[in-house]
Amino acid sequence: MTLESRVPSGPIQEKWDRQRFELKLVNPANKRKYEIIVVGSGLAGASAAASLAELGYRVKCFCFQDSPRRAHSIAAQGGINAAKNYQNDGDSIWRLFYDTVKGGDYRSREANVYRLAQISLNIIDQCVAQGVPFAREYGGQLANRSFGGAQVSRTFYARGQTGQQLLLGAYQALARQIGLGAVTMFPRTEMLDVVVVDGHARGIVVRDLVSGAISSHGAHAIVLATGGYSNAYFLSTNAKGCNVTATWRAHRRGALFANPCFTQIHPTCIPASGDYQSKLTLMSESLRNDGRIWVPTATEEQRSADAISEGERDYYLERLYPSFGNLTPRDIASRRAKEAVDSGRGVGELKNGVYLDFRDAIQRLGADVIGERYGNLFDMYERITGENPYDVPMRIFPAPHYTMGGLWVDYNLMSSVPGLYVIGEANFSDHGANRLGASALMQGLADGYFILPYTIGDYLTRIGSAPVTANAQAFGAIEEDVAQRTKKLLAVEGKRTVDSFHRELGRIMWDECGMSRTKEGLARALQAIPALRDEFWSDVRVTGRGENLNQTLEKAGRVADFFEFAELMCVDALHRDESCGGHFREEYQTDEGEALRNDDDFAYVAAWNFTGVGEQPELLKEPLAFEHVPLSQRSYK
Amino acid sequence: MQLVLHVWRQAGPNVKGAFATHRVAANPHMSFLEMLDSLNEELAANDEEPVAFEHDCREGICGSCGIVINGVPHGPTRGTATCQLHMRKFRDGDEIWIEPWRAAAFPVIKDLVVDRSPLDAIVQAGGYITARTGSAPDANAIPIPKDDAELAMDAAACIGCGACVAACPNASAMLFTAAKASHLGLLPQGQPERDERALKMVSMMDAAGFGGCTNHGECEIACPKEISVEFIARLNRDLFKASVMAVE
Ligand SMILES: Cc1cc2nc3c(=O)[nH]c(=O)nc-3n(C[C@H](O)[C@H](O)[C@H](O)COP(=O)(O)OP(=O)(O)OC[C@H]3O[C@@H](n4cnc5c(N)ncnc54)[C@H](O)[C@@H]3O)c2cc1C
Ligand code: FES
Repeated sequence: MTLESRVPSGPIQEKWDRQRFELKLVNPANKRKYEIIVVGSGLAGASAAASLAELGYRVKCFCFQDSPRRAHSIAAQGGINAAKNYQNDGDSIWRLFYDTVKGGDYRSREANVYRLAQISLNIIDQCVAQGVPFAREYGGQLANRSFGGAQVSRTFYARGQTGQQLLLGAYQALARQIGLGAVTMFPRTEMLDVVVVDGHARGIVVRDLVSGAISSHGAHAIVLATGGYSNAYFLSTNAKGCNVTATWRAHRRGALFANPCFTQIHPTCIPASGDYQSKLTLMSESLRNDGRIWVPTATEEQRSADAISEGERDYYLERLYPSFGNLTPRDIASRRAKEAVDSGRGVGELKNGVYLDFRDAIQRLGADVIGERYGNLFDMYERITGENPYDVPMRIFPAPHYTMGGLWVDYNLMSSVPGLYVIGEANFSDHGANRLGASALMQGLADGYFILPYTIGDYLTRIGSAPVTANAQAFGAIEEDVAQRTKKLLAVEGKRTVDSFHRELGRIMWDECGMSRTKEGLARALQAIPALRDEFWSDVRVTGRGENLNQTLEKAGRVADFFEFAELMCVDALHRDESCGGHFREEYQTDEGEALRNDDDFAYVAAWNFTGVGEQPELLKEPLAFEHVPLSQRSYK
Repeated sequence: MQLVLHVWRQAGPNVKGAFATHRVAANPHMSFLEMLDSLNEELAANDEEPVAFEHDCREGICGSCGIVINGVPHGPTRGTATCQLHMRKFRDGDEIWIEPWRAAAFPVIKDLVVDRSPLDAIVQAGGYITARTGSAPDANAIPIPKDDAELAMDAAACIGCGACVAACPNASAMLFTAAKASHLGLLPQGQPERDERALKMVSMMDAAGFGGCTNHGECEIACPKEISVEFIARLNRDLFKASVMAVE
């Protein structure tokens, strides 16, 4: 197999136009002869399903929640980037492109990122037209803020609920198409496999989560918009249902998985309060605009924050990075927090956090101003911890948050399996080794509204519109596979609960394949994961039956897939003998402890081909060229 | 802390349910759902089926969770969804009654899980602005006064959990419907379809088996986003205007 990125030739500014011209169009009258399956109803899936239906295709959309509006995208807080330059502060498509490639630590495809920056403009227009109530200035124009250390204000936001409002916009567009009969919606339905016929994706096998019935759906093309895999760590900021099942199952059927070790750990989350902890809550990054991060200089410090004098505090980010201070990029801020805690200077009852302190900002600006800026976040913090951040500093700690890796796709967003498209967080495309704040929402909507609806037509014209029926032999065999797997989970009848296995797997991943990684640690993980997986399959207890709503069974299936996938994350992390973005290998750092890339040997996308569970996967490399953003060492000193 | 839980157990839609009593130990820092997780771990360890309940984000934004706690949708703390409720709001020795949303339009699927798809049907009937992908003018072409945008955002904050329905003596979905209609109706982009939207959404609300609104105001108290009943008055004005126009 070779990797064909299908990036069009010509100047980078013209590539997307050129591609749109060169792609074949489906005759409008023929569109309704094509059926397209969209799995996922988050920003990527809902926007794609609605836009495809508007074009005239027949669409089936699936999600596991009870309503498409509940997809994990709903939880995004901070905002969405666009190079509108409404603030006249020097932003441009080129600058957004440049920042994203550089922020991704030079492990993304330039052409894709350029297109993303171009399309960012259309996204905001589209969302406003749908009624997304973005923040406004007094004159009625859209407001912006600077986010995640960007030097320009290009982030659009709707209070702390940007993801919610964007998703509701896409959900309403989708609802309209459902009402018109152009989209058939299948909520509470989980995709458990992809059907590949003669090398082309032709359908999916799903389980109805209420009745337990397993069935197949055929289509001319399949779109996966199933989100990221941060829950491999068990504890993450993602919604509890987020999982790798759809993409992993597709991977097992031939779709290459790219850069699985590129995961993002978000620096400002609320630390765990005990071993019952079920998930971690993100506190918006914007808090770092006014909060100062510190730990006591002494280890084993017992006093409360207010008793610790200025000289006994280590504002370590301000000390190490005088020009960026508390606004250093996510990966750096996270790693430094871990160092502080590992060195025994952690704060809180469990000594598992660092302070994010608003004392000085409150003194300088007044509690009112701070309340206006962060009141909602402070309330949320107090609700969870019982502590009031106006009086005592917040405690924060990094948590898994976003996954840059995902199924490999070409410039048209098609995976290595013809007819199988992957959009949103589920693909690997635009963020390289590190994603900038407010860029995931942008990418999900770019893929769903403005890229996929064009590119998919080219494939459809080539395969023709003969109906695809789900009764071919291939479908039956895969349905049987899925049914057997479900039976097998129920038949183990062991002693340990699904969650206890997931927690243990998550612990291994966090320790060995989390914020910093070593050759030895990864080798340990590659011993431990298969052993734990074997134990899972011999000792897990899945209560209940397969023929009705069974949440334990749903979880068990997802954890079983995480067990296979986790190994691939470690294999990828072990093979990448360099540090870049979210992938920090302790062996590869500068004298100052910063990530040390190895562009000579690793400026490529690592795309893995499945060869069997527990087998060494095959590595394919897509070389990356940086013609417009010159390779340089990131420096935030 | 030690607690006595009375949990509604119901194997399926067409079977009778009943309360089952369990004793659990909880930590005050746990969230309410983490307390239920730990009950479920215990049940599973004893080979009993865990309590089915809905949840996803656990941050009060997706609207999945929804449990009636001691007779109150989402429990004792105002403006707080079940998943954001923490056990420090309870006391050692408390007895807690845990039930699903109760409404004719929301049949129980299992234990605490109900079918809320009629809420989606209301949105499908008209809860949107028609704006085909690609057809939008520049985002700043139509300025929107800040106060209008803020008020629209207040209404748009609805998470679609259905607590308003569960709290309403008539099991009406009027607050849910009014929040969406107001969000869109307050914006210039929402004007062309405003009348039609109000009529279509409310008639779908009736058709989907929800009751009518008789201004009890329980919905606002139960709403985890504290959405104001003033939006209902706003929708009623729109409805009145739209039906007069329709007659003319
Ligand atoms: C707390 C938090 C805050 C964030 N804040 C920001 C921010 O401010 N700005 C920003 O740009 N990004 C932010 N992000 C990241 C961003 O929210 C996500 O990357 C993005 O929303 C992902 O969208 P998606 O459409 O790809 O997937 P999702 O929204 O995760 O949707 C996945 C969909 O797939 C469905 N699905 C999954 N598996 C299956 C299956 N097997 N069968 C059927 N259906 C399935 C689900 O039901 C769901 O509908 C944040 C993330 C988190 C966790
Ligand atoms: S679980 Fe999402 S709102 Fe409670």
